[in-house]
Amino acid sequence: MNGDGSLERLRREGRIVVVGASLAGLRAAETLRDKGFAGSLTMIGDEPYEPYDRPPLSKQVLLGMAPADSTALPRRRAVDATWRLGVPATGLDMAARRVRLADGDEVPYDRLLIATGVRARPWPREAEAELDGVFVLRTREEGAALARRLADGPKRVFVIGAGFTGSEIASACRERGLSVTVAERGAAPLVGALGGVVGAVAADLQREHGVDLRCGVMVTSLEGDSSGRVRAAHLSDGSTVETDVVVVSLGATRNTEWLAGSGLGAGPRGIACDAGCRAFDIRGIVTDDIYVAGDVARSPHALFGYQFLSLEHWGNAVAQAEIAAHNMISESADRLPHMWVPAFWSSQFGVNIKSVGVPSLGTEIMVPQGTLASRRFIGVYGYQGRVIGAVAFDHARWLPFYQELVETTAPFPPPFPTVDRHPDGQRPMDADFPDPSVPTHGPTVTLSGYSPADRRMTFTPAH
Amino acid sequence: MTQSLLHQILDYANRADPYPIYEELRKTPVHHEEDGPYVVGTYYEIRSLLHDPRISSDARNLASTAGDPLAESAQEEETALPPGFLRLDPPEHDRLRRMTNRPFGPPHSPHRVDGMRGELHGIVSGLIDGLGDTGRIDLVEQFSYPFPVTVICRLLGVPRDDEARFHTWADAIAASLDPDPDADPAQGGKASHDARTQLGMYLAGLIEERRKNPGDDILSELATAKGQDGAMTTMELLSTAALLLIAGHETTVNLVTNGMLTLLRNPDVLQRLRSDPRLAVPIVEELLRFEPPVQLVPQRTTLADIEVRGVTIPKGASIWLVLASGNRDPERFEDPDRFDPDRRDIQHLGLGSGIHSCFGAPLARLEAQLALSELARRLENPRLLEDPPTYRQNAVLRGPRHLPIACDGIRP
Repeated sequence: MNGDGSLERLRREGRIVVVGASLAGLRAAETLRDKGFAGSLTMIGDEPYEPYDRPPLSKQVLLGMAPADSTALPRRRAVDATWRLGVPATGLDMAARRVRLADGDEVPYDRLLIATGVRARPWPREAEAELDGVFVLRTREEGAALARRLADGPKRVFVIGAGFTGSEIASACRERGLSVTVAERGAAPLVGALGGVVGAVAADLQREHGVDLRCGVMVTSLEGDSSGRVRAAHLSDGSTVETDVVVVSLGATRNTEWLAGSGLGAGPRGIACDAGCRAFDIRGIVTDDIYVAGDVARSPHALFGYQFLSLEHWGNAVAQAEIAAHNMISESADRLPHMWVPAFWSSQFGVNIKSVGVPSLGTEIMVPQGTLASRRFIGVYGYQGRVIGAVAFDHARWLPFYQELVETTAPFPPPFPTVDRHPDGQRPMDADFPDPSVPTHGPTVTLSGYSPADRRMTFTPAH
Repeated sequence: MTQSLLHQILDYANRADPYPIYEELRKTPVHHEEDGPYVVGTYYEIRSLLHDPRISSDARNLASTAGDPLAESAQEEETALPPGFLRLDPPEHDRLRRMTNRPFGPPHSPHRVDGMRGELHGIVSGLIDGLGDTGRIDLVEQFSYPFPVTVICRLLGVPRDDEARFHTWADAIAASLDPDPDADPAQGGKASHDARTQLGMYLAGLIEERRKNPGDDILSELATAKGQDGAMTTMELLSTAALLLIAGHETTVNLVTNGMLTLLRNPDVLQRLRSDPRLAVPIVEELLRFEPPVQLVPQRTTLADIEVRGVTIPKGASIWLVLASGNRDPERFEDPDRFDPDRRDIQHLGLGSGIHSCFGAPLARLEAQLALSELARRLENPRLLEDPPTYRQNAVLRGPRHLPIACDGIRP
C-alpha cells in the first residue's frame, strides 16, 4: 500500500468478506460501495435473513404492532454482494486469509470485517432452558416466538433480569394487559447501566405500571410440568412464582467462539481493535487486513483513558462500521479514528430514556434539570471531578449539551445554573452503582482495561 | 464610517439579500456592539446554544432590553395574555407544549397532521382555481397568505362561517408584525390591538362553546383535556391558541412564498418537481436551509456568564441566533449558497433545534410540500414579474410582501 498500486488494485478488484450480516455488516458494505470499492463483496450471516433491525423486537413486535419479519433494515444503496445467509462462520485462517463456513466452504479474502455481534445469554441450566415457554430475545425468530406466546394470553410472564431488554419486555407485557413478574438480582432495574439513584426511579415506574418487581433476588431454578412446559420459577428468597412464560434477559454473550485458536485477539469480552478498527492478534500486534465493528468490537477510547470500550449500542454499530469500511480501503494517512461518544435509547412504560457518555463509570450523580419525582429529568454522572455521562428521562432534547460536556471533559459538578433547576438538584450524590465484580444482566457498556490481547480472560462456556 | 453590522441586518435595504451580511457576521464567532445583543451566526455555535440549558427564553431573565433593537417587538405581548410557551422555560414550557402536543402529534395523536392531507389539498386546489387573471398574480395575497390561515382555522376548529372574520384579524395582527415605516405607528398599533382583543374574545367564546359541545378539533381537546398535566386555564388556552395562529401563519406564508420564488429562479428544479411531486420533500428541506422563514431567534438570554469560542457572554445578556446565517455556514454545508435539493447532508437550523424547535414542523412541511408541488403542476409556464420582489419590513420573519408572477394558464 505504499504507492505501489496495491491499494488501487484492492479497491478495483479486491475481495472483501464481511462476517455478520446485521446492522454493522450492512452499513459497512454500503459504505464500501459508497467509497468506490468495486471488487467482490461477500456477506456471511448465521441467520437466514437479510439484515434486520433489532430494537423493535422488544417493543413494537411484542406489542403485536408489527410482525417480527417486518423489521428489515432500510437500504441506503445497492451493495452488489454475494450473500451467504444461514451459514455461520466457524473458523479463520489468518495466514491463508480464509474464513471457514459451517457447510465446509472456505471463503478467501483480502480484507475481512468481523461484525458477528452478540447473542442472548441463555439460562445456564440447560434442561430448564429447554422447557417449553422459556425464551430469550435477541433474534427475529426469538422475537416472533415470544410475540406469538404473548398473543396467546399467558396467565403470567416471568422476566429474569431487569436490564434494558428485560424492562422493555415487561413494559410491552403490561401494555398488552398481561401479568408480569420481574426478578432482578441487583437492587433496582437498570442499576448496572444507570446506578441506584436512577434505578429507583425505574423501579417506581415499573411498580406504578403494575409490574410485580422483585429486586435483590436470584432465580434458583425453573420448574416444568410433566409435559415439559415451564410452570414455576423458584427464587432465592424461598418464594415461588407460578408462570407459563419465562423470558431470560441476562445480557449478552459475544460471538467470538468461532475465532478460538485463530490467533486473533478475541475473547469473551470481544475482539480488540485499535481506534481505526483494525483487529489485534493475541500478541497485541495490530493486523493489516482484519477489521472489527459493532457489538463484538472493543476499542480504546480517548475519552475514557484509552481503556478498551465495548458498546452494545445501535448508533455505535453504524458509526464504527462506517469508519471500519472507510479505513479498509484507505491509505494509512487517510484513515479515521472511531471516536463515537456512547449513546443509547430505550422506550419503556411510556418514558423515553436516552443516555450519552458512560454513566456506569460515574461515581456521583446530580440532577441539574427537572426532578426524579416527576420522572422528567437530566441526570449527570461525575467521575474524578469530570462529567462522564448523562441520562435523560423524557428530556432528550437537552442531551447534546451534556454530550459536549462529556466530550470536553467538563468539570463535575457543573458549576453553572440551568433552566428548571430544583433545590435538590444542586448537589451531587452517590450514583450507587453495584460492585462491578458482581455479575448482573450487565451494563451495555464495558470497560475492559488496557490489554489488547485480553489474555487474562479465558473463555469459559456459560454453563 | 460604515454602518454597523447589527444595523445592516435590520436595514430594509438588505432584506432581499441579507446573505452577504451574514457572511461578514460569521467572521466573528460572537458579534457584539456596545450595549447591543450578542449575535451568533455560525452553525455549530448556534446549534450548541439552542441546546444549552444556561440559555433562557423567558424575557424576565433579561438584564436590560435597552440596547436590543428587536426587544420592542415584544409589544405584541402587551395584551393581557400570559406569554405563550415559545417564551417560557421548563417546566412551564414543557407542560404547556406537552398538553398542546397531545391532540396534535405522536404519541397520542399520530394521525392528526397526515389526516389533514386531503383537506390541505382541497384548500390548495381551491386557491389555485381562484387565481383569476393569469397575467398578474400576487402569489402572496392570493395564495400564500390565505392558505395557512385557513389551515389554522380548520386545525383549531373555527367554524367555516367564521373563517372570514378570522382572516381579517389575522391580517391586522400580521400587519403589526410588519409595520409600514410611512404609516402612523399609533394607528397601526391600535388596529392590531383591536384585532387582538376581538380575536381573544372570539376565541374565549369558542372555547366556552367547545367545552360544552366538544368536537374532534384541537381547541376542543385542549379545552376538555384531563391528562396527567391537568387542564389549561382559559388564559393559557388563549395564549396558546394565539401562539399557534401567529407562529403557524407568519412562517408558513414565507416558506411557501420563498419556495415559489426560489423555484422560479431555478427553473430546472421547478421542472423536475412538475414531473415528480415526490421531489417536494427534499425541496422543502433545502428551502428551510436556503431561505428559512425565521431568519433569527432574538429572544434568548443567559442565566450565567457563558463562553462561546473565547467570548464571554455575560449573565442576563440578550442573544440573537441567526439561523439563516448558520444555514449558509461553509464550515457545515458544502457550497452553501447553492440551492441544491439533492443535498443529502441537510441538518439545517431552519426549524430551530432543542426544546423550542418548531412545534408545527410536520404541518408546515406538509403545507409547503403540497403547495409547491401543486403550483408546479398546475401553473403553465410560470414566471416572475419582479425580481427581487418587494419584501416585508420584518427582518426576523423575512419574506416577500408581494410576489407578482404570471403564467399562461392553469392546468386542471
